[in-house]
Amino acid sequence: MGMTSAQKRGFGATLWDWLTTVDHKKIGILYMAGGGFFFLMGGLEAVIIRIQLMSPENNFISAGLYNEMITMHGTTMIFLAAMPILLGLMNFIMPLQIGARDVAFPFLNSLGFWLFLFGGVLLNLSWFTGAPDAGWTNYAPLSIQSPGHGIDFYIMGLQLSGAGTLMGGINFIVTIVLMRAPGMTYMRMPLFTWTTFVASILILFAFPALTVGLFLMMFDRMFGSAFFDAALGGNAVIWQHLFWIFGHPEVYILILPVFGVFSEVFPTFAKKRLFGYTAMVFATFLIAFLGFMVWAHHMFTVGLGPVANSIFAVATMAIAVPTGIKIFNWLFTLWGGSIKINSAMLWALAFIPSFTIGGMTGVMLASAVADYQYHDTYFVIGHFHYVIVGGTVFGILSGLHYWWPKMFGKYLHEGLGQLSFWTFFVGFHLTFFIQHFLGLMGMPRRYWVFLENQGLDTGNLISSIGAFFMSFGVIVFLINIILTTIKGKKAPRDAWGSGRTLEWSISSPPVHYNYKQLPLVRGLDPLWIEKMEGNKNMTPAEPVDEIHMPNGSILPLIITIGMTIASYGFIYQTGNKLWLIAVYSGMAIALISMLTRSLKDDHGHHIPKEELERIGD
Amino acid sequence: MSHDHSIDPKNMPKDPSKATTEGKHKFMGLWIFLGGETVLFACLFGTYLALRNSNAGGPTTQELYGLGLVFLMTVLLLTSSLTSVYAIYHMKNNDFKKMQLWMGITALLGIGFLACEIYEFAHYIHGYGFTFRSSAFGSAFYALVGFHGGHVAFGLSWIITLMVRNAKRGLDLYNAPKFNTFALYWHFIDVVWVFIFTVVYLMGMVS
Amino acid sequence: MTDEMSTRKINSFQKQKNKQEMQRMVVSFALMIIFTLIAFALVMLEVPSTYVIPIILLLAFVQVGFQFFYFMHLKDKGHEVPSQIIYGGVFITVMVALTFTVITWW
Ligand code: HEM
Ligand SMILES: [Cu+2]
Repeated sequence: MGMTSAQKRGFGATLWDWLTTVDHKKIGILYMAGGGFFFLMGGLEAVIIRIQLMSPENNFISAGLYNEMITMHGTTMIFLAAMPILLGLMNFIMPLQIGARDVAFPFLNSLGFWLFLFGGVLLNLSWFTGAPDAGWTNYAPLSIQSPGHGIDFYIMGLQLSGAGTLMGGINFIVTIVLMRAPGMTYMRMPLFTWTTFVASILILFAFPALTVGLFLMMFDRMFGSAFFDAALGGNAVIWQHLFWIFGHPEVYILILPVFGVFSEVFPTFAKKRLFGYTAMVFATFLIAFLGFMVWAHHMFTVGLGPVANSIFAVATMAIAVPTGIKIFNWLFTLWGGSIKINSAMLWALAFIPSFTIGGMTGVMLASAVADYQYHDTYFVIGHFHYVIVGGTVFGILSGLHYWWPKMFGKYLHEGLGQLSFWTFFVGFHLTFFIQHFLGLMGMPRRYWVFLENQGLDTGNLISSIGAFFMSFGVIVFLINIILTTIKGKKAPRDAWGSGRTLEWSISSPPVHYNYKQLPLVRGLDPLWIEKMEGNKNMTPAEPVDEIHMPNGSILPLIITIGMTIASYGFIYQTGNKLWLIAVYSGMAIALISMLTRSLKDDHGHHIPKEELERIGD
Repeated sequence: MSHDHSIDPKNMPKDPSKATTEGKHKFMGLWIFLGGETVLFACLFGTYLALRNSNAGGPTTQELYGLGLVFLMTVLLLTSSLTSVYAIYHMKNNDFKKMQLWMGITALLGIGFLACEIYEFAHYIHGYGFTFRSSAFGSAFYALVGFHGGHVAFGLSWIITLMVRNAKRGLDLYNAPKFNTFALYWHFIDVVWVFIFTVVYLMGMVS
Repeated sequence: MTDEMSTRKINSFQKQKNKQEMQRMVVSFALMIIFTLIAFALVMLEVPSTYVIPIILLLAFVQVGFQFFYFMHLKDKGHEVPSQIIYGGVFITVMVALTFTVITWW
């Protein structure tokens, strides 16, 4: 099934299949492709920033364009690249890991994806008329004052994609709570499933704060309200609170899933069970819990007062404890294992020192008094790139190399993988390590140029050279994908030979209903248990019987198109009321398709027993 | 698994809204969603609490609010919560007509609530010149109370659609979860209102 | 099948239980109305704000508890995950409300 039969069906039918799909695996691939595209966009923006800062008083781009560039880079990387790629991995892998045939709400899953994609496209359309330029944090009153429609694109684009993400989060929670295979108790779930679960809870509680913040910003900019307008009694700090109540949990939404990835990769390639499974689960929850109580560490210099600053500083430093637990558990997992080094493992190994440096500078920043010195300098840029690139991006690449054979049935090329790893790894440290020192020397962030002979020239040049190394690594990775798609080595079901979790018990790539018979889970690392007892594969928990599957639908796409049209109308109706036509017709399209969805019964379809028996497997 | 969603009265499930897989998913999904809604309203409440005294020379909370109308609205909404419980009670007894009746009463009470709210807003705007734009307090007030009102309006269109859609076909295991999720959502709207009348109106009259 | 008939046919034990539950619901409704009345009365009688604000907040919490645990069945079996999620939401709500009242202005 899957790819091969799709290829036989002709282009139109294949396209229709992808546009209407509710299969979590295809949606996962769509998420990764969309996120990958935006990753390239964001990467391009980053390179432009680094070219501008390559030499003092450079004139490569104008000051205004520079502001747009940094804003779009941050916004794109966080909302449109890192998170969607993670959501893609979760979508594809998590249901397989718990032995489910799909997610709880397949229709909503597809709606969530399209909302993300169109939100991202909408945001990027702003390039034609002027992109947002108030930073990814979009602080008021700067964002309220910003002329043109750039900020409005930011608001509407993030509102759309945020709604999609929230749907994804709810969907994953319900899936994990209700759809685990027989025997798959909570404490037998793989760590990646656990971190998907916890990250989804973070999404659930964090995104509504962003939603509200964006609404208030929209009201202020488009409808003349006064939330952030000091003249009418408003208060710009409210935006900062709302943004960071969302924003700090968001950085844990970005890091927890890759903690899960590493907790799968290390045991597989060290051929040892994960050290301290229970502690890992517990630490994940602790990080999530603490992650909600520290947001004001981004606001130390606002003037919240010494009491508030101290409370938030201590809470922030406390996060280092569960994070440390995790680091040590990974090290102990490796300790004495029979370690196999390949690209997936290299990314994972490189993560440990890189991320630890980022955590260490985090604790430095968490010291409120010292932060008056670091805040808004390149030191902060260094910090969060060590955690986000050294953590999230390394994790994504590790996960992609690890699960690629499962997702596409073919291995990525090992030599190319290592080439892209080493160039990217070296480039990463070249770029960001020096930035800590630039920051300590006083180089502020978000400045268009720096002056000559202030000791910043060499450091910036080194940093820019590193960016080219990273670009090279990314290009090699792309070539790797293309080459192996054309003629890659085929992967068997247990692609690494030492798979421990359920996804390695089914074919690569899996059939669209995943499991012909749901597996019976007898413990943690269920496949490993069966292999140790000499069984070839999982014992089924049910006889072969017909399988109920959801129907595909084009409605999610149409709903999203309607909402996008309406959003576009909202952006421009401030200038010309004729744009209200777009608002109303877009909403009408969305509402009518939602109504169609709820009025038309859709019971899904059944794959008959005879067909399943014929296919074998 | 049976492809048939009709209810066999002799074998009536204890809770028809949770008898199918889809029903269980809907039930859990709605609860999780309400968790997110909690934070949504938390942020609106927070904004209101921060801005409630920023009236920019306009009317203060004490000058503006009138408790009589708020009490009436509270009674309407609380009662509608009880009537939706009645509706679900009849659903569990497989009595579709009575369920529809009580859902209808719920919707009527909701409409009454919404009418009062519209009257209240109009009164503030025309009587006091107190609008969404007049001060940060105005913005925060209309945002919080308006979001709640929007939820009521959404709930009303939801239940009316459900009632019309299923009027002819009666109760089955496919639509029972839909009625049940609506009821949960409706209770949640009531929960939010309890805090609105306490934090916005009552506390606004006190301080 | 008509609705009348089907109602009569369903298990009488279950019906009895449903009825008992419904009675409990009506009692909690009555309590909710009483709490509301007390809250409004305290404010209208102009009890000093140091007392009245904590009291009406407490009344609101108790009343909301009735909504959640009885009307929405949070106390029943099978509601473990929903109740955890709601507790989480309530925790964040309290934190947010506190910060916005305390550290937004300085
Ligand atoms: C031990 C753990 C961590 C601590 C103690 C910590 C602490 C901090 C502090 C105090 C700041 C504010 C600095 C300032 O603006 O002056 C900050 C900024 C930041 N951190 Fe962390 N952090 C930690 C981990 C992480 C992780 C895991 C991520 C993401 C995966 C992350 C992403 C960020 C980002 C994106 C910013 C900059 C936000 C901006 O202003 O644009 N941090 N961190
Ligand atoms: Cu933070």
